[in-house]
Amino acid sequence: MKKAFKMPGFAIGFTMATVFVLAAFLSFFWTPYAVDGVDIANKLLAPSGTNWFGTDHLGRDIFSMVMVGARTSIAVAIVAVGIGVLLGVPLGLAAAARQGSLLDEVIMRGNDLIFAFPALLIAILITAVFGASAVNAIIAIGIFNIPVFARISRGAALSLWTRDFVLAARVAGKGRVRISFEHILPNITNLLIVQGTIQFSLGILAEAALSYIGLGAQIPTPSWGRMLADSQTMVSFAPHLAIFPGMAIIFTVLGLNLMGDALRDLFDPKQRRDRQ
Amino acid sequence: MKRILMGASALALIATGAMAANTSIVIGDQLEPPHLDPTAGAAGAIDNVVYANIYEGLTRFASDGSVIHGLAKSWDISDDGLTYTFTLQNGVKFHDGSDLTASDVLWSLNRARAEDSVNAQKTLFASIADVSAPDDTTVVVTLSAPNGNFLFNMAWGDAVILNEGDDTEALKTKPNGTGAFTFTNWVQGDSITLTRNENYWGEPAKLESATIKYISDPTAAFAAVMAGDVDAFPTFPAPENLAQFDADPRFSVIVGSTEGETILATNNKMPPFDNVKVREALAHAIDRNAIIDGAMFGYGTPIGTHFAPHNPAYLDLTPQSNYDPELARKLLVEAGYPDGFTTTLKLPPPSYARRGGEIIAAQLRAVGIETEVTNLEWGQWLEEVFKGKDFGLTIVSHTEPMDISIYADPDYYFQYGSPAFQTLMEELNTATDVATRFGLMQDAQRMIADDYVNGYLFQLAKTGVANADIRGLWENAPTQATDLTAVYWDH
Repeated sequence: MKKAFKMPGFAIGFTMATVFVLAAFLSFFWTPYAVDGVDIANKLLAPSGTNWFGTDHLGRDIFSMVMVGARTSIAVAIVAVGIGVLLGVPLGLAAAARQGSLLDEVIMRGNDLIFAFPALLIAILITAVFGASAVNAIIAIGIFNIPVFARISRGAALSLWTRDFVLAARVAGKGRVRISFEHILPNITNLLIVQGTIQFSLGILAEAALSYIGLGAQIPTPSWGRMLADSQTMVSFAPHLAIFPGMAIIFTVLGLNLMGDALRDLFDPKQRRDRQ
Repeated sequence: MKRILMGASALALIATGAMAANTSIVIGDQLEPPHLDPTAGAAGAIDNVVYANIYEGLTRFASDGSVIHGLAKSWDISDDGLTYTFTLQNGVKFHDGSDLTASDVLWSLNRARAEDSVNAQKTLFASIADVSAPDDTTVVVTLSAPNGNFLFNMAWGDAVILNEGDDTEALKTKPNGTGAFTFTNWVQGDSITLTRNENYWGEPAKLESATIKYISDPTAAFAAVMAGDVDAFPTFPAPENLAQFDADPRFSVIVGSTEGETILATNNKMPPFDNVKVREALAHAIDRNAIIDGAMFGYGTPIGTHFAPHNPAYLDLTPQSNYDPELARKLLVEAGYPDGFTTTLKLPPPSYARRGGEIIAAQLRAVGIETEVTNLEWGQWLEEVFKGKDFGLTIVSHTEPMDISIYADPDYYFQYGSPAFQTLMEELNTATDVATRFGLMQDAQRMIADDYVNGYLFQLAKTGVANADIRGLWENAPTQATDLTAVYWDH
């Protein structure tokens, strides 16, 4: 970990992402103003000492909304990545453990099938059929994380299965399932962390996109995407409505990507040399 | 570079020169009609294209809402108020070349009031007992009871005259009317083009052609007007942008009244809204001015009942349902909901509904009523709310003129239909004396306000924007229409 912080990319990315995670966490206990408080008399105020990011078209404090919006984005992204890891990794390990078997074929061709669909389109379909809500957005985004993790863990696991320590474990009489979890999984964790960081930032973007078209978290829950959508007709005379949620998305996603890149460099020195 | 710039300014000069002889217009509208037969559909978007432009009725609305002569040159009303004798205008031809005769009127009215009629407003024709055509230019309509509203009813887009024997299925995509514009082309999903009718019986249109372009997204609408791609947007969807248009000398902002009573429609049959105390609490929980300010940026007039404020019979009943959250909480306790309750709030696309919905949800939350908000497209709204009656609350603007009679229908989506109100409407339908009619209309307004049938929010304003050189657009919207017959460019 110490090594990681010596890399400027990681330090910057980590700081950017942490700011928003802390803001999201803090929003559970405190926001400067209530986010469901409509106060028409104070609508469209410019940023000031009392409202740091100004107020929106219904007089709500944008700083508070960005804070709670961070919570929405991060919650959706965490659970969506979680779905991908919890379902995708075991599937990938199973496929690798039985390489070439029918099970491997079924899992990997199933993955290909999901990969073949445009993710956002299916997310729109799911939310259109089952109703727009944050939960459905999570499921929709989560489903598309499954093949990502399945494929990456299968690929990494396959190369490990040929290694001597795995052979030793097999000779010792351990079963394939046990080997997968005791010997393979710990050795691909680094890879999963890197991929998880990238998927996390993609999840935040997907949530923002779904909310933007009205299929993510529903009112009154603030979300960055919907704040952008609401501000659309007012950008020309109240740009702060779009700037702050837009910056929040950029900073979080950029931060996570910087972190992911730095972690990859750290865990995989070979690749780093290749790039240099 | 200099040469290019000079070239550009030369081009600009040529362009301005060409504009001086401008005889065409591009009108922007938000909703595309499902088809173009106003006698077979309720969609206001149909009338926005065809009313007064393509189709005409015996009478018609003027911009101020008064009823004037249409295809009927004159009429005689018998002393008992039961027989209307219409004389038709001379030399009226349908766009396909056939002459308008009294038998076309007979056929159109009989089709509209028939058992199997597909007309969306059959009640307009309910009082007709018989129609006859003694000669080619005379139509005699006999009513079963006097109806003070009959000439008004005949001015609706649903009462226009079609050519006898036309294939009504074909009319849906190729209308054949008598109006000052003929239908030219419909590019589905994009635009409808109209061309001046050179054989028009009355004063011909000043424009040679008109295109109605469909832009559903408010941001795109704003960009299209700013860029000059659209010359006028008679009902501009984003009131927040009007100030910018107003400040720009290239545009004029046209603000007028509409017949749109915007209401928080309440499902009167669904508990807890079947309890009048709950509905009364709802009425006091809502701050109309905040909704007008927040959702419509100040455009709109508060209403306290389902009636247009510019109508002479209007009663201002807003004080009866003033904003009083304390009283609302007290009423909820009396009604047996001390902790409030949860209901659904289903919102169609217009910003008065979506934005108004957010404000109302916050106001209701303040008195303990939680709402599950769902955003619906118009099709879903019609299916779930209007037909399916599967809703607790919804926000919608009723844009038909003088439509208080919808409260008499117990099957109408908010399911009120009190017998006392039905009796009142029957009395109103047969009354011809103006003073009596006003009295009955005011009784009706009071009755629905006393029963707190719906939450009455505001009268929708007509907020249009047009190129500053365009003249003759309707300021008000007495009915859904984009009357282009008097529109011209003034350079």
